[in-house]
Amino acid sequence: MQIKVTINEKMMELEAPYDEFLMDTLRRYGFLSVKKGCNTGSCGLCTVWLDGKPVLSCSVLSVRVNGRNITTIEGVQKEAREFADFLVKEGADQCGFCSPGFIMTVLAMKRELSNPTEEDIIHYLTGNLCRCTGYQGQLRAIKKYLGVV
Amino acid sequence: MFTIQDYVVPGTLEEAYRILTAKRNNTILGGCGFLRLGSQRIGTAIDLTNLNLNFIEEYDQVIEIGAMTTFRDLETSPLLKGYFNGLLPQAVKHIVGVQLRNIVTVGGTVYSRYGFSDLITALLSLEAEVELFKTGRVSLENFLENASEKDILVKVIIPKTAKKAVFNSMRNSQSDYAIVNVAVSKEGDRWLLVAGARPHRAKIARKASLFLANSSLSSEDIEHAANLAISELTFGSNMRASQKYRETVCKVLLKRAIGEVLACK
Repeated sequence: MQIKVTINEKMMELEAPYDEFLMDTLRRYGFLSVKKGCNTGSCGLCTVWLDGKPVLSCSVLSVRVNGRNITTIEGVQKEAREFADFLVKEGADQCGFCSPGFIMTVLAMKRELSNPTEEDIIHYLTGNLCRCTGYQGQLRAIKKYLGVV
Repeated sequence: MFTIQDYVVPGTLEEAYRILTAKRNNTILGGCGFLRLGSQRIGTAIDLTNLNLNFIEEYDQVIEIGAMTTFRDLETSPLLKGYFNGLLPQAVKHIVGVQLRNIVTVGGTVYSRYGFSDLITALLSLEAEVELFKTGRVSLENFLENASEKDILVKVIIPKTAKKAVFNSMRNSQSDYAIVNVAVSKEGDRWLLVAGARPHRAKIARKASLFLANSSLSSEDIEHAANLAISELTFGSNMRASQKYRETVCKVLLKRAIGEVLACK
């Protein structure tokens, strides 16, 4: 089915089979920041924004985003780089495979929550797994980035 | 692998129902969070997106929640935080992550009668009803226990009672499915003890609830009520936990939840 989607503020026409999930469609069209980690809706690596809300693109049917807005990390590069600096300074980045989905969730959290506590941050990011570095470094980076140390 | 042959976005419930019942493998789409893990071969996938079923509304007697409302909407709803000690937001907040809760829907979970559901357990303790397009309004308890013809779940209806309620669950790790969950509610002398993810679908422990209602609520009474609940409900084993383990954990969760309800203001 042909769908019209605004991706990173650019209108695009995409072709997707009825049973294809957004992650696969986005990757086919070159949005390679969208990673396939678990493919079972558990790891958070495929996180993109759908109308501004973070969703698992492995679990959203592509045909259902017809007429809607998608944001991938390619669309928020400046902000992502700013946060990435905090991550690197805290040693919270290693293989980097989970970073795009993780950063998209952090930036969504920044928009949704004001002055989050440590508990709020952990709750918001529970759905983002990282197998390299552990979560303490990420938490330090987020607190410094949000200025809620 | 799961496949879809055709896809429609109906403009009315009548049309959706007609397509649903036209062929055996035509299926309503919820959020697709769980559907995708299976191997269903769907004929026509029916998307209810355009039917304005994403709502949480308050009326004099009831709160109504539309089938396409997401778990994240339940979790963050100021209205639901203010009722039943925030039972519903509490029940859904530990399900996987924010990104999945932004997708999965009330209708998808309740209509599928998932055994692992945290939401169904909580809704049972509130004596919720479901409105089905064809069948009409039935109690959730009735809906869960009786197999029915294909239908469309339109909304969940929750009576606006003065119930105090608590939800508890046990998970092997945060964000995993619950290995057992419980919800306990109290309105005056009326108690409801519910347990789900046993791993069978949630059920009200009637004998235990009744016993508690007629007891003096001493610690021995609470212990006995929890024991009654374990013996009247069936538990099973799967990869997450054994039957014995579930029974043991469920008893503790029930006792704690009863205590928490008693402490509720």
